[in-house]
Amino acid sequence: MFIRVLIQTVVLALAQIWANKVRAMLTTLGIIIAVAAVIIIVGAMTGLKTFVLDQFATFGANKVWVFPRMPPNMRDRYSFRQLRLTTAQIDGIAQFSPSLERITPVMMLNTTVQFGDRVRPGVPVQGVRPSWHEIEQRFALKGRPLAPLDEEERRQVCLVNDKAIDELGLDADPTGDFLLLDGRRFLIVGVVETKAVSPMFGGNEAQSELIIPFRTGEMMRPEPRMFAIATTRSPELFADAKVEIGTYLRRVRHLKPDEPDTFGVEAIEQVIEQFKKVAGAITVGAGAVVGISLLVGGIGIMNIMLVSVSERTREIGLRKAVGARPGVILIQFLVEAVVLCLVGAGVGLLLGNGAVLAMRMAKDSPLEAAQTPMWAIVVSAAFAAATGVIFGMFPAIKAARLNPIDALRHE
Amino acid sequence: MVAPQHPLIIRIADLHKVYRIGAEKVHALRGMSLEIRRNEFVAIMGASGSGKSTLLNVLGCLDQPTRGVYELAGRPTHRMSVGELSGVRNDLIGFVFQSFELLPRATALKNVQLPLIYSRRYWVGTGARARRALERVGLADRMKHRPNQLSGGQRQRVAIARALVNEPAIILADEPTGNLDSKTGDEIIGLFRQLHAEGQTIIMVTHEEDIAGNAGRIIRLRDGVVMSDHPTEEDPTHQDYVRRALETAQRDAGRAAPGAAP
Repeated sequence: MFIRVLIQTVVLALAQIWANKVRAMLTTLGIIIAVAAVIIIVGAMTGLKTFVLDQFATFGANKVWVFPRMPPNMRDRYSFRQLRLTTAQIDGIAQFSPSLERITPVMMLNTTVQFGDRVRPGVPVQGVRPSWHEIEQRFALKGRPLAPLDEEERRQVCLVNDKAIDELGLDADPTGDFLLLDGRRFLIVGVVETKAVSPMFGGNEAQSELIIPFRTGEMMRPEPRMFAIATTRSPELFADAKVEIGTYLRRVRHLKPDEPDTFGVEAIEQVIEQFKKVAGAITVGAGAVVGISLLVGGIGIMNIMLVSVSERTREIGLRKAVGARPGVILIQFLVEAVVLCLVGAGVGLLLGNGAVLAMRMAKDSPLEAAQTPMWAIVVSAAFAAATGVIFGMFPAIKAARLNPIDALRHE
Repeated sequence: MVAPQHPLIIRIADLHKVYRIGAEKVHALRGMSLEIRRNEFVAIMGASGSGKSTLLNVLGCLDQPTRGVYELAGRPTHRMSVGELSGVRNDLIGFVFQSFELLPRATALKNVQLPLIYSRRYWVGTGARARRALERVGLADRMKHRPNQLSGGQRQRVAIARALVNEPAIILADEPTGNLDSKTGDEIIGLFRQLHAEGQTIIMVTHEEDIAGNAGRIIRLRDGVVMSDHPTEEDPTHQDYVRRALETAQRDAGRAAPGAAP
């Protein structure tokens, strides 16, 4: 009997919804929005995650950054000089930390570059050691890379990238030409590929880059600001490397045990973890929004079910008169509420998936990989059904408790 | 018409029903007793407030008596739970209402099938059973019609088919012709007579003497007790009514004949 009543009830509920299409749509708006929101947010987060992780992957998984960092709220206690990373410290790290494979200091300068009648102020120039090529996985496309001899002899040589060639109006193969950097004459010895750097890291991928030997840079700017990039021998050695670098730097900086670190050591892994935390937080926040939508939707469902019970009082009376037990009436109205919610969830799924599809299809979309995982569909449908049960319960109990005599007399 | 050889289908003994309306107590039934046998066609009559509706609700297991005994087909129903009463209504009783009470969105067939959906007796072949019931009331060609596509008489036939579909012990009809014109009403009563002839027990509440005249037995209520209970041909009130109706008809005929000459 139960299954027959269930099937009949589902058919009846669908017919009822079909007969009141507009009313059903308005009633389930909260459910529709909630489900669509779940699908869109989860879909977008999936796409964003793929996008961001792809970006990170371009950096290499075994890279480590070492940089000076002012401990929070201690601006007065440490001078810039105390914080500054020195070549001596970087060389010390290289010796002290067996987990590291390679390390190079990186100094960032801004120089005025002149080529022919073109003058470009504020062009970023990086001073690095030759190991930079391996660490960054960027090699010379034309000409040659930086060599140890360039470093030792402080040669005034430089590498340029494609963008710099464009911006400065250099030849397609500029090796052998000379540039003026802050009035000093530099020989272009090679071209490095332009690396796609995500805007997330402040790097605009289309940026001119000039690479010069580190010591040549020191000649131009004594005591420059610098940081170090290193690679570990394998990605999982990051934790070891962090301890080694920390121990060494604290020792040479004479930090007491109760003093905080005046430097930072970070790896791409950490940034990924941080991103995952942020993504998790966004998902939780979205969950709260969805919860509120479901609450509002549920109240809408309860309202319409109460209307339905009162509109169909005579029908309920008749059903009871011909032998429907209170439990069966209860189930009938619960099923109706659940079906209503599931129809709303279906519409929400269509809308949400449409939006996710639009994200994928959009031109130059960073969310190309946006997609709706199966669990999101199952979870949102389950929550919609649960909303139907919870908010349909009160009207259903009301219907089940109706006295058939009064119900049949109801006008 | 009373057939003593048939077994009892209804036994009511010293039935009381007290309603509480606010602080006021309404004594609707005051120790009513009566017996009805299988294959009787009984009309219950009485002014409003006579306990007619209350009796019908108790007979239909829609309401419980405050005190007393009600046995339907040998089952004592006066102390049953709500769920058990639902089962009794489904198994033993077919209702026919004054205003038909059909589901507007369902076809005639679906309407007739409704009691079977809640039945624990009939699991399979409910569609065929409902079709047979509709054929019995002469609506074989209207099965797929909805109530709003049917005339009043047809709607009441659908309702009667619905009452018949679970082969009930009794049919309870509450003013079954109350919403119909006289001609259609006569047709519906004809259907009841036919069902009675086929062996169906029918209990009908009405306030119209000529409708009640179709029953084999008339029970008149007043102030919550049975005032009179006679076979129709022995019921003085009814015989009085029939005689007067006859006289009126003859007088009208007598007046009409000379009036037509000039």
